[in-house]
Amino acid sequence: MDLYSLALTDVAKKIKNKEVKIKDVLDDIYSRIDNVEPKVDAYITLTQKLAYERAQELQQKLDNGEDIGILGGVPIAIKDNICTNGVKTTCASRMLENFTPIYDATVIKKLEEAGAIVIGKTNMDEFAMGSSTETSYMKKTKNPWDLTRVPGGSSGGSAAAVSSDMAFAALGSDTGGSIRQPASYCSVVGLKPTYGLISRFGLIAFASSLDQIGPFTKTVEDAALMLNVIAGHDEKDTTSADIEKQDYTKALLNDVSGKTIGIPTDFITDGINKDVRAAYDEAIATLKNAGAAIKEIKLEYAKYSLATYYIIATAEASSNLGRYDGIRYGYRAKDFNDLEDLYRKSRTEGFGAEVKRRIMLGTYVLSSGYYDAYYKRAQQVRTLIVENFKKAFEECDVIMIPTAPNTSFKFGAHNASPLEMYLEDIYTVPVNMAGLPAVSVPGGFDSNGMPIGIQFIAKAFDEKNMLQVAYTFEQNTTYHKERPSIQEGK
Amino acid sequence: MSVSKEDVKHIANLSKLNLTDEELDKYTTDLSNIVDFANELSNINVDGVKPTAHILDIKNVFRKDEVDASYDREEILKNAPSKDAGCISVPKVVE
Repeated sequence: MDLYSLALTDVAKKIKNKEVKIKDVLDDIYSRIDNVEPKVDAYITLTQKLAYERAQELQQKLDNGEDIGILGGVPIAIKDNICTNGVKTTCASRMLENFTPIYDATVIKKLEEAGAIVIGKTNMDEFAMGSSTETSYMKKTKNPWDLTRVPGGSSGGSAAAVSSDMAFAALGSDTGGSIRQPASYCSVVGLKPTYGLISRFGLIAFASSLDQIGPFTKTVEDAALMLNVIAGHDEKDTTSADIEKQDYTKALLNDVSGKTIGIPTDFITDGINKDVRAAYDEAIATLKNAGAAIKEIKLEYAKYSLATYYIIATAEASSNLGRYDGIRYGYRAKDFNDLEDLYRKSRTEGFGAEVKRRIMLGTYVLSSGYYDAYYKRAQQVRTLIVENFKKAFEECDVIMIPTAPNTSFKFGAHNASPLEMYLEDIYTVPVNMAGLPAVSVPGGFDSNGMPIGIQFIAKAFDEKNMLQVAYTFEQNTTYHKERPSIQEGK
Repeated sequence: MSVSKEDVKHIANLSKLNLTDEELDKYTTDLSNIVDFANELSNINVDGVKPTAHILDIKNVFRKDEVDASYDREEILKNAPSKDAGCISVPKVVE
């Protein structure tokens, strides 16, 4: 059996039991990358040299009888908007094409303390703005299930890498669905934790009140393990929550008896893709058969999340991206007349079209005369969405909805209308608005053989309930066992 | 169009972005479509609803005001596009 196709938990066990050397695992994963990456294009940077040095160091420790951590020796990929000391972190933008951080994000430190090995940085939509990874300045990542289709986004590289067995797990970031939607499109598990559970220190900011880091894995068990490693308070992120550390693997019980699953019938209507609808109905039946109570709930404001999101997220982005001025780091235009010209040319040449669109939209909704009509009103609607969820969770433990209204689309399908692309986020965005945890689990395939994801949402900091239901769903289905068949070779 | 070309010129200027005529047309259409879509929020009754700026119920998180080691100057300057004598160099700022 090839090592690369193992789940994270299994490969970690084999290393710990000394059935395999860490170097052999690395050899196997990099050889898989050699064979598959030319077709999938999931990575921006590979870090072989650092990875092999670290493998040697960890193996020595292990051979000396030392504990090398719960992820000891396991190769993991990182989205290229998470800072890695000494390794380029580009945000898939010309603006940061040559940016090399001089510090590690807190999540990188935590992964390394747990013994993980970073093997490379993955492709993404520029500054995480997009739902298809097509806005990357670097390359186009393909969906491993059909190379003519998008992997979803913005963490498309991380999703494609895990889906095509080019990493045992990956980190992504989720502002409006950027972990869950690509996980759904590529048939892997993608978990967006409660806002505040994971430190954002070292995550290059897009929309600070929404951004959250989370894992991509092959199984729900692996996701719980990754969460154990990366969760926790960090004084370097003042929005990180100071709560007691939990063991999320304790929630991995194949049992939903006594659990109530909320089905928002006013939000998930018959307007969605019929294959997605069928998979959703089947998922409801699966949990019902497993002993869960199914309850219809109302989320009347959820449908307004998208409009709210595109006001709040772009407003925050226009402010966050003000720092890219061509002065201290990042791209600086070659020819300019004066300081003002330097700012303008550096930003005009350094940012791509989607990033400019969002900076301008955010500037518009914050500008004098429009602030009350758009930004303030959006924040008020956000309150209504938050309260909507609070009320819903009085009646159920976990809410289940599809991750996306459609499956992966062909490259360029939404080029003409950015708004059409935005609509793909309709089922993921409400979760970010309310800061809740949610996980996408493989839940079927459409008539073209493209994956469908089912999303489980819980109360803030109630990841355990969410994981238990997600795990039960996974254990009572077989979709997560299917892998795309990619012809190896260049 | 809910957003005019003049509006787009104004916000591009505020955003310190230069637009070609073609881009100006395209962004005017795009932003109008998105703003039209966002206008659905104007139908919601938000009277007396408190705005949510931030989802967590935490405020005024302070750390101790202690002197701590910072990053090395040379390290920081590695990412500067232009530097001189241990400083980041920029065009003349004061006219």
